[in-house]
Amino acid sequence: MNLFDIIFYFFAFITLASAGIVVFSRNIIYAAFSLLFTFFGVAGIYVLLNADFIAVAQLLIYVGGILVLLLFGVMLTNKVVSVDIKTGTLQTLPASLLAAMTAGSICGVFYATDWKIVQSVPDVSTTTHRLGEMFLTTYLLPFEVASLILLVALIGAAMIARRGKTIF
Amino acid sequence: MSPELLVKFSLIVLLLPLISFVTLIFLGKRLSRQGDWLGTSVLFICLAISFFIMYQKLTVFDEPISLSFKWVDFGNVPLLGFLQMYLGLVIDNLSAIMMVVVCIVSALVHLFSIGYMKGDVRYTRYFAYLGLFTFSMLVIVLTNNFFTMYVGWELVGISSYLLIGHWYEKKSASDAAIKAFVVNRIGDIGMFTGILILYYTFRTFGFNEIFSAIQSGHIPMGSESWLTAAGILIFCGAIGKSAQFPLHVWLPDAMEGPTPVSALIHAATMVAAGVYLVARTFPMMTASALIVIAYVGAITAFISATIAIAQNDIKKVLAYSTISQLGYMVMGLGVGAYTAGFFHLTTHAMFKAGLFLGSGSVIYAMHKALHHQGDHHTDAQDIRNMGGLGKKMPITFFAFLMYTLAISGVPFTSGFLSKDEVLAGTLAFGGLTGHYLIPIVGFLVAGLTAFYMFRLVIITFLGDPVDANRIEHIHESPKTMTIPLIIFAVLSFFVFFSFNPFGASSGWFYHAIERPISVVPETVRATEIEKFEEALHHSHIPAMALSLIVAGIGILLAFVTYKWKKINADTLAEKYSGLYKFLLNKWYFDELYSAVIVGGTLAVTRILRWFDNNIIDGIVNGTAGWTKGIVFGYTDHSKEQKASATALLIIGGIVSVVAAIFVGQWFYGQHALISAIVMGLLTAGLTFFFFWAGAGGFDQRVVDGLVNGMAYFSGFFGILLRKTQTGRVQSYIIFVILGVMVLFYVFR
Amino acid sequence: MQVTLTHYLILSAVLFSLGLYGVVTRKNAIMVLMGIELILNAANINFIAFSRYGGMRLDGQAIAVFVIILAAAEAAVALAIVLNIYQRFKTVNVDEINKLKE
Repeated sequence: MNLFDIIFYFFAFITLASAGIVVFSRNIIYAAFSLLFTFFGVAGIYVLLNADFIAVAQLLIYVGGILVLLLFGVMLTNKVVSVDIKTGTLQTLPASLLAAMTAGSICGVFYATDWKIVQSVPDVSTTTHRLGEMFLTTYLLPFEVASLILLVALIGAAMIARRGKTIF
Repeated sequence: MSPELLVKFSLIVLLLPLISFVTLIFLGKRLSRQGDWLGTSVLFICLAISFFIMYQKLTVFDEPISLSFKWVDFGNVPLLGFLQMYLGLVIDNLSAIMMVVVCIVSALVHLFSIGYMKGDVRYTRYFAYLGLFTFSMLVIVLTNNFFTMYVGWELVGISSYLLIGHWYEKKSASDAAIKAFVVNRIGDIGMFTGILILYYTFRTFGFNEIFSAIQSGHIPMGSESWLTAAGILIFCGAIGKSAQFPLHVWLPDAMEGPTPVSALIHAATMVAAGVYLVARTFPMMTASALIVIAYVGAITAFISATIAIAQNDIKKVLAYSTISQLGYMVMGLGVGAYTAGFFHLTTHAMFKAGLFLGSGSVIYAMHKALHHQGDHHTDAQDIRNMGGLGKKMPITFFAFLMYTLAISGVPFTSGFLSKDEVLAGTLAFGGLTGHYLIPIVGFLVAGLTAFYMFRLVIITFLGDPVDANRIEHIHESPKTMTIPLIIFAVLSFFVFFSFNPFGASSGWFYHAIERPISVVPETVRATEIEKFEEALHHSHIPAMALSLIVAGIGILLAFVTYKWKKINADTLAEKYSGLYKFLLNKWYFDELYSAVIVGGTLAVTRILRWFDNNIIDGIVNGTAGWTKGIVFGYTDHSKEQKASATALLIIGGIVSVVAAIFVGQWFYGQHALISAIVMGLLTAGLTFFFFWAGAGGFDQRVVDGLVNGMAYFSGFFGILLRKTQTGRVQSYIIFVILGVMVLFYVFR
Repeated sequence: MQVTLTHYLILSAVLFSLGLYGVVTRKNAIMVLMGIELILNAANINFIAFSRYGGMRLDGQAIAVFVIILAAAEAAVALAIVLNIYQRFKTVNVDEINKLKE
């Protein structure tokens, strides 16, 4: 067990433990804050996978953007703290069974499949550069479409959330 | 003029209404006048181009022009082989003429709507939906395969739904929209199944490909009955869309929509789509399928004509008249008078659209007058509240009269030409095959049509006004409304279809539309064209004479009853009140359906509940009581209970000892220790079991447990199934996940 | 124990199931959104792990970027909808928002 492995287990533990808190905690504020640690842990995993750009993007967008957005949501719907956050749709036991079944099936697939692993790793210091090139060549169309989607989502979200007017 | 250019033009006609729809739905409110000019002008452009296409097609090109392209290529699909789907359009005489019909009616309805819908809350949306409808109708008309036909079919359904429910604040309007949609689905399931049968056999959706495959002797499952079934199933789609018996119940309710919509969709175009479908698929219809079609048409024509007599709502009368005339067309196609059926579609589209627009003009005027009087209770659509409108609204009146003459089959009108041909066709068919019921119904309905249409005209326009004060405020409608009326009235003259007022067969229409050659195997083919033409030739003059006589009688009766009042309709209705009520309530079809379908479901559940309560529970409880009562001498006395328990213990002990001895003998030679343990366990177990059973434990735990378990189980699944309709997002997510898991393990 | 591709995959599978559990059991709409974010992160780990062990071809990473973009858009729109629902129903309890039933 070398240092790399230890770091992996460390990040994996952070991710899963805080994700567990997100899911099992009864207090929505705790959940939102432990989501922060989950995102950090996942970013660490990305770094271990030589995905430096994605790791930074993860921190910027998830932690800086989405999490803040979620916290705003929590604050704006202020009655939420008092609501019992368990649902009546599915109780804990069947839900855990469902989740365990899903996890088991997926893990089973992962174990059973004979993955073709390419061991040789080329120079990894330039992922950002290469990613940038890919976005302007191979993935140009999806890239532009994604930008359009962001624009639409921005305008749409602003319109839907406009105060004093409910769309329903 | 090349065929490619014509195809391009037809694509323009097809797509322009769609563009108008998209523009209006997104930008409509920002355009000046809320964008009504856009929809209307687009449609007039379409009309001009489609006229051009029809002219070119009829004069220059003899062969159908078609365009086909590969839409998707699934490659080599396991079990199915190479799978490709071609889509495309075809311009033959049929589709070219139909395109013009759709464009004329749609354009004029757009124009009419500018006046009629003025100041409506959803003015823009209304015009947008009209564009959507026109687009989907043109899809049906131009397509060369069943696939896009079905797509257009459903698109037409949805735009009809949207337009019927245009005033969805009114409960009756939204209900009518849902009813139309659901009833149409029933027919569509049949059509869908028919298409699947054809696709399964021929691996293609194209009309021509399927027809040529059938011609070469390749038929579904190798049996002619399957071909007949496929034909009848396809016709089911037409039953739904064209409001044929037994699915005609949606059309009268659809009159809740704005009147121009009724003119466009529920009189001239969409309901004619079913007839168009039959005309398109005519070559693959076997003789038996055609007879079914003919009878469905005849029954529809008769039922709805009788209902129309007793209705008092101006639009309801026209609605039933529409159903009746659609039945005529279907009947015409069914008997093999292909050209006549389609011809009647064309002429009927003109005068029926006119009739509806005329009624719209009347309703509009009535509304205004009632509004002026401050009267909000009187029904503006009830003909009993009208009367004497003819003098106040001369243009509407004369146009309406013209349409009425046409639909009644009075000479020198287009309706006379087409109706006469259909009737001649039925007469010839009756002579050839012996199905005389069809021509009899045909002539009867012709008389009834003349009667109820003139009843409508006399009561509405001629008779004495009910309220003289109201009549004062009735005015002729604005020009946007009267111009379409005049155009439709002009188009109801014979000259546009044939220069000979007594014979359509010399006109251009009969040269353009010829009955296609049947492709089905010889043995199941309907009467050959030559023989049919021969019979038609002979039956032409008698049919004309007869139809003139019955129409004359009908008109005369209407005048006698409602104008000169020689016969009092009210006393007649009282005298035959049973019949009158029967007709007024539309043969009780709605009641019948709600009783049979809704009541049937309820009855089944009631039977099941009784079964569960009495039989299942009875068996269980009866058995339990029986066992307890007889075997264990069960009573409520605790002392005796104890005694019986002791007795049981003894019996149980004896039985287990006997059993233990047998087991011990079997084990004897092998392991003394094991045999001892087994004996002990067996003794203990059996003793306990009998004791337990004696104390009612077996019954309570096992038997009741099983029964309750079953009940609980079904209850659990019931709850689970009801969860699918909870409206909770999460339960849907759970089902998605479970579905994915199941699929995963199935296709692993 | 040498960390291999499978380790990452199992990490992502567990994270996915946790997210699923959260989506299914929570009453609060915002908690449901958090669960969805977890699921998206799990998917992203998979993409990047495959990209890393598939010879660093970076296509996986490019798709991960798109996933992040869509997650941002989704979060914005979903929160806007939640706020709107809150204004209308005065609750964010998804059990009570079952108008779809009618």
